[in-house]
Amino acid sequence: MTCREFLDYIGAYLSGELSEAECRELRVHLDVCSQCVDYLDSYQQTIRLSKIACCADSDPVPGDVPEDLVKAVLAAMKQRPIERA
Amino acid sequence: MIAHPTSSSGPAAEAHDDAELLGELRAGAPAAYVALMRKHGGRMLAVALRYLSHENEAQEAVQDAFVSVFRAVGDFKGDSRLATWLHRITVNAALGILRKKKRLERETSIDALLPKFLPDGHRDSPEGAWAQERVQELEKGETRRMVREAIGKLPEIHRTVLMMRDIDEFSTEETGRLLGIQPNAVKARLHRARQALRTLLEPHCRGVCP
Repeated sequence: MTCREFLDYIGAYLSGELSEAECRELRVHLDVCSQCVDYLDSYQQTIRLSKIACCADSDPVPGDVPEDLVKAVLAAMKQRPIERA
Repeated sequence: MIAHPTSSSGPAAEAHDDAELLGELRAGAPAAYVALMRKHGGRMLAVALRYLSHENEAQEAVQDAFVSVFRAVGDFKGDSRLATWLHRITVNAALGILRKKKRLERETSIDALLPKFLPDGHRDSPEGAWAQERVQELEKGETRRMVREAIGKLPEIHRTVLMMRDIDEFSTEETGRLLGIQPNAVKARLHRARQALRTLLEPHCRGVCP
């Protein structure tokens, strides 16, 4: 397996979509290629960092909703009220 | 009584507040509409802004989302948390704007941000391990902005797939359905988006930038 082939399989490897034989082949490559070990680690760190950076729960609650927006929604609801049975 | 964001705290209390608010919404009480918007609108705007990058478009998406919410609240079965339901409707409304403006159809090349290989399949430049202390910096408040900016540099379709899959945790199938592409295309774009984002973060994480 080359580094290029290894890279093609990373996504499927991490989401558990590869067969046991394919996983074994990847691990054999990792045993002999420290660059792909580093790449795999940084690829996983990237996924983790993007989640941390954007996860709403990790940030302070954003500011108030603009008053114009509230009024626009109320106007839209008034224009076409919900029909109730 | 209309639930208020400061009336209680904790998951159980929030669930109680939400149940009360939902009851008022189903009854069509205008004050409940306002209460819901004030309680969840700020967070929904932040979500929409991640997908759309422009404040006015994010507000348009949240406006569309609230109208959808109020029209569909009678059908909400409560299988998920109210906040989760609102989050998904907000993402859907943001995607609606991206579709309307045909921004998901633009195929911008991401190749410059992908790893390069020699004809024999080996790397054309050496990889190095990321420095743990540099990665940890990116987890902190101020430098998290750097990661968000890097995500913002990805082409729209790749950024959207990355956010739906890795951040908002939509399934591959659902992402494909909402974007009108096949699951295999979702997987391919996600993989390319992650590789490109990794390239953008690398200078900081290997400590090779000023």
